[in-house]
Amino acid sequence: MTALHQLSLSEIRDGLAAGKFSAREIVAAYLDRIEQMDGALNSFITVTADAALAAADASDQRIANGDARALEGLPIAHKDIFCTEGVRTTCGSRMLEGFIPPYSATVVNQLAGAGAIVLGKTNMDEFAMGSSNETSYFGDVHNPWRHTLSPGGSSGGSAAAVSSRLVAAATGTDTGGSIRQPAALTGLTGLKPTYGRVSRYGMIAFASSLDQAGTLTRSARDAAMLLSAMSGFDPNDSTSIDQPVDDFEGMLATPLNGVRIGVVEEFMGDGLDDENRRCVEAALAELQKLGAEIKPISLPNIGLSVPTYYVVAPAECSSNLSRFDGIRFGHRADDPEDLYDLYCRSRSEGFGAEVKRRIMTGTYVLSAGYYDAYYLKAQKVRRLINADFSRAFEEVDLIAGPTTPTPAFALGEKTDDPITMYLNDIYTIGANLAGLPAMSLPCGFVEGLPVGLQLVAPAFAEGRMLACAHHYQTETDWHARCPEGYE
Amino acid sequence: MSVSSDDIDKLATLARLRFEKDEHADFTDKLGSIVAFVDQLQSVDTDDVAPMAHPLDQSQRLRADTADPNIEREQLQSTTSSVEDGLYLVPKVIE
Repeated sequence: MTALHQLSLSEIRDGLAAGKFSAREIVAAYLDRIEQMDGALNSFITVTADAALAAADASDQRIANGDARALEGLPIAHKDIFCTEGVRTTCGSRMLEGFIPPYSATVVNQLAGAGAIVLGKTNMDEFAMGSSNETSYFGDVHNPWRHTLSPGGSSGGSAAAVSSRLVAAATGTDTGGSIRQPAALTGLTGLKPTYGRVSRYGMIAFASSLDQAGTLTRSARDAAMLLSAMSGFDPNDSTSIDQPVDDFEGMLATPLNGVRIGVVEEFMGDGLDDENRRCVEAALAELQKLGAEIKPISLPNIGLSVPTYYVVAPAECSSNLSRFDGIRFGHRADDPEDLYDLYCRSRSEGFGAEVKRRIMTGTYVLSAGYYDAYYLKAQKVRRLINADFSRAFEEVDLIAGPTTPTPAFALGEKTDDPITMYLNDIYTIGANLAGLPAMSLPCGFVEGLPVGLQLVAPAFAEGRMLACAHHYQTETDWHARCPEGYE
Repeated sequence: MSVSSDDIDKLATLARLRFEKDEHADFTDKLGSIVAFVDQLQSVDTDDVAPMAHPLDQSQRLRADTADPNIEREQLQSTTSSVEDGLYLVPKVIE
């Protein structure tokens, strides 16, 4: 029999239903692996072993009673950006090192309500600001494919944990590529849904017009299972959109015949590693073989997406993070001289360098005299980028291209120059600016390191995109490869 | 647009941050390179383009500003140690 930790979510679901193993056995097997292997990866900040085992027993009881819910007994982990009632939630920051939320995020409640079992909270770039997981206060996360490399970020802990089979699936958040880029660099299927599809309530805010919760899984099927449970209108999130929740797993079988896939010309040129390009082109040829129609498209303003993002995101970040005042929650400086000193020292001690840089950038672009030149300008360019996608989707059903310019890079390689780090998200940021669903799926290897294919769909067309990914994964096995040492 | 050391001081005050001497130069330098990078937006023609605040062009829903009896103050204030009789404690602000 396949080792328990190699089973996908859907295989665990089927095995539990058939009585091949219990939820307790699955959860205990994963907890053992975390204990033995996570020392080298640092993918978890908090492990909730006792609660997970108790939940597993409750799931086994429900299964025995014929009362199993959609995700009954399935082991997952949450990025440590989602508030979990009674369980420390750090957001990768010293600011929240001791923060125990009095409530849970809607996503956490939805997945628990569907029967999923949480093994713990995963490491991440501080406040989700980073592309390498090196800005975490809790230390770097190592890529399971090669420990000297970064797993990407900001959902780097979730990516490393799922890729190394320390947990079957994990949540993440994606503001500029923070699910798709780590998924690409660790050989996973990473899904960012449409803006507003999944509630942001209880998900610690970075850039509110861009942030969206999603999943890191080993297949499109697993992503579809989780997405159906996570989606839906939430009155507690003022940007939640009231749309019917599709049966995403049921939609996987939708044929690929005649689906028009546009390849972004601007993404396939200079800046893309030749070997990455070769993998992406081979994947496109495979999709064509499966019945899709491949055609070139142009997004003329997409080259402006990174500078646009680095005005909009820091502006929203500086506003959102003003809530950390040292008074109501989070780090509080000792012996303040006065209120101003309490604010300044609590924030300066609590935040790391990259977070401070983004707060400062945001304060700059919003300050008197610069607002029109930067923030308003970026919002206008955002509309141009958005319009490019709308025009493209008049011609095609999906958009495809690379997720990242290169495979995983070394820890420490890009930390001195913020711009070099920011440019790692050059292919992913557009979907956030336009609010579109997008995903990365494994499409090959370069020198033993995974490469990601990115798909982008029109708003609320996750089902079509997941079906395309699923057909590709039925014909290929890149997504099923496991890093050496973690088999 | 270049960023000066004085700009950093002004922004830090607005953002309620404080930088040590050895950090100051690094922040000036890196913020300068970020501003230079985003400056490429200035050359884009955006006449007649309306700014976009929401990616799907929707407006935010508002709710009535009413007290929610289900929120427990004690539980909500459990996230800080500086609370007395339901009030948050801060350094004296009025002499």
